[in-house]
Amino acid sequence: MNMENRKIINVGIAEMDVVRTPDLIRTSGLGSCVGVILYDLDQELAGLAHVMLPDSNLSRNNTIHPAKYADTAVPALLDRLVSYGASRKKVKAKIAGGAQMFKISSKNDMMKIGLRNIEAVKKELERLTIPLIAEDVGGNRGRTIIFNPKSGILTIRTVNLGSKEI
Amino acid sequence: MDPIKSINEVKLGILQEVGNIGAGNAATALSKLVNKKIEMNVPVVRVISFQELMDLYGGPDEMIAAVFLRIEGEVTGSMFYLLPVDKATFFARLLTGMKDITLTNSGNSELALSALQEMGNIMAGTYLTALSEFIQMRLTPSVPEVGIDMFGAIISYGLLEISKVSDYAIMIDTVLKTETEEDNGLIKGHLFLLPDPESFEKIFSALGV
Repeated sequence: MNMENRKIINVGIAEMDVVRTPDLIRTSGLGSCVGVILYDLDQELAGLAHVMLPDSNLSRNNTIHPAKYADTAVPALLDRLVSYGASRKKVKAKIAGGAQMFKISSKNDMMKIGLRNIEAVKKELERLTIPLIAEDVGGNRGRTIIFNPKSGILTIRTVNLGSKEI
Repeated sequence: MDPIKSINEVKLGILQEVGNIGAGNAATALSKLVNKKIEMNVPVVRVISFQELMDLYGGPDEMIAAVFLRIEGEVTGSMFYLLPVDKATFFARLLTGMKDITLTNSGNSELALSALQEMGNIMAGTYLTALSEFIQMRLTPSVPEVGIDMFGAIISYGLLEISKVSDYAIMIDTVLKTETEEDNGLIKGHLFLLPDPESFEKIFSALGV
């Protein structure tokens, strides 16, 4: 593999993208948001969505940004991956994020959104029968994640605690 | 049309005045608390995409100290006091008198965290009291929480409400800094107000705009 030409594609908040080997895909500063990776190891393809909210029913906007909501992000990312040549039946998932960074007691239930995001992503993966291979979710720390579509390894970095692979 | 992006210049000017009044009071309170002269920059009011916001202050990975609270009442939103971890450590040492405190994102002494929390409480309290008088509306801050972690992971909490209606936020950002250099340079922090989407029109109509 020519490492010189390897790029790391950054996915912003409420965005999604797809990469092919030798490139890597990353999203930074996940708090309550969940990073969803769908990948096809045979094709060495991977997509990542940085999901902010569990359900597009929460939207009060006419135009829905699919990557923002768990229920729209997972199918949209799957479609995107398949359009790049992934085999629908080979697609697997890894997820990370959904922390509760603050314990604020508020009338606003959005403060517990991390857990709801995790549940909503899992429900959608189940509905679409995409196997969830590994997860690093919950807790109270921010995460930056990088996925390698060739190895299928998801690297998770946290502040102070170094990095781990799942 | 995006309800946030379509807010005009006159209205943004009003929000700048909101920041000016609030942060002016917070600067005075901080000055008394740490017994140092505190300068304040003219507030920056910007309509900003979520990703542009995540990329501020060194980007989403950058470790930062934050005091975060929710504003409840007639006007709602999120408020942050953000500063580099070494500057937060400076304040924690100053306020507790403990020279060996070092802030990290795990295992901090309760005393250091409560010193920062109290600092945030006083600053946000004075900011919001001034704002409340200006717009003649009741504002109730939650108990503030301290977070020492990635900037993106922290600031995204301020975007949750607004993300239901828009992909843009309006930030009212004021820099507060010491007038003179300390051991580790100027102590500079940001007071950062992110109103919820429904709050803008309430503020504007309260001020007759």
